[in-house]
Amino acid sequence: MALFSNTAVLLGKELRTEFRSRELLTTTVVFILTIVVLFSFTFDPSVSESRRFGPGLLWLAFLFAASLMLQPCFLREQNNDTLSALRLSVNDPFAIFLAKLAANTLFLLFTQVLLLPAFSVLYNVPVLAAFPQLVLVMFMGSLGLSVTGTALSAISAQARMRELLLPLLLLPLLTPVLIASTEATAALLVPNPALRWDWLGFLLAFDVVFLTALWLFGEYLLEE
Amino acid sequence: MTPTVFSPTGIRFENIDKRYGGLYALRRVSLEISAGECVVFAGRNGSGKTTLLRIAARLVRPSSGSVSFLNGGEKRGAMPPAGFVAHATMVYDELTAEENLLLFARLQGIAEPAARIEALLREVGLLERRGSLVRTFSRGMRQRVAIARALLNEPAVVLLDEPTTGLDPQGASWFAETLRHLRDSGRTILMSLHGESEVSTLATRAIQLDAGAVVADTRAGANFRSVLAFANA
Repeated sequence: MALFSNTAVLLGKELRTEFRSRELLTTTVVFILTIVVLFSFTFDPSVSESRRFGPGLLWLAFLFAASLMLQPCFLREQNNDTLSALRLSVNDPFAIFLAKLAANTLFLLFTQVLLLPAFSVLYNVPVLAAFPQLVLVMFMGSLGLSVTGTALSAISAQARMRELLLPLLLLPLLTPVLIASTEATAALLVPNPALRWDWLGFLLAFDVVFLTALWLFGEYLLEE
Repeated sequence: MTPTVFSPTGIRFENIDKRYGGLYALRRVSLEISAGECVVFAGRNGSGKTTLLRIAARLVRPSSGSVSFLNGGEKRGAMPPAGFVAHATMVYDELTAEENLLLFARLQGIAEPAARIEALLREVGLLERRGSLVRTFSRGMRQRVAIARALLNEPAVVLLDEPTTGLDPQGASWFAETLRHLRDSGRTILMSLHGESEVSTLATRAIQLDAGAVVADTRAGANFRSVLAFANA
């Protein structure tokens, strides 16, 4: 129970500091909107092309946004060495990861839900017909991005060339999430939308594997 | 400081080595610190003071050797909660002084955190600024918040890594007074300092480190001042 109560306290801290500084959300929303608009102007896709390529472009934009958003996740804890204070205070360091993971997932999901109307207008793809299913796919995809990204952010924060290291490690590792999320999204943007449980199951398995690895080895990632 | 209930605790370092790659930060350090001692680690930059304190706090794992905590001279398995103050403040700039303390109090499962926080903020002289963001504080005020955070759980062991860094003379005097209360309350205090100061005079034992090894270990009297002054050499 201490794990979950510590996670809840830390999640509250993550949300409070972010909504007070608005550093991550503002930059990520602007960045992701810019990418989607640039893709739209560059390709000027027709409706059928949008349905074919749109989900891939959308998830690529999410992936770039995630690498931007996840970078400061642990770096911010280094400014005043607050990570040490957290490690001294929690019984289980996994609570630190869980809180950051939950916060990153919420921030990504918030960004995605904000982006969907812009995507729908720019690419002429209706999203309202399968909106709840789309949110489910985005949640599963965001969780996959966040689990891997949070772990790698902890690793890269202690390394030299950290700004380059995170995208270098993150982008190849997230290829399976990118493929599964794109396929699941594409199936929801066709005239007869259907939830692809096979891809959702794949995302769930990916999330469970990485979450278990984080639970087992997370403590070592936080060590100096 | 408020009278507190804690179990007097000593620390034993046994053959501690810490290597970063091929570089030794600590080399075969063995020390026994009795409960209630106020120990100052002196030494030049890079002599291993910070590493030793971070190992005592369990923030750094030694490459070999062990740290154990002693209760009544007996070894204890479980680590007692140690209060740790470093040069970095270890508090969040985007939270208020009160929010910072409440965050760490909740994480540590402190009963009745509001009353404890109010008492601590009063003791460190920040009760009137409790609702101000830490980023609006001066260096000295931030250090006071850091000290309040370290004392939240009424630790039996207090670890201070150059705690007077950035403090003006008035702040250093206030800190010395706070430290005197902590020492007189029976807490075990380990601190690293650069040279002699009002704070170092409170120490009951001085240990000199050089290149990661203990080169002198004196109690008050004898060579005590020369060890303290070592870092100024």
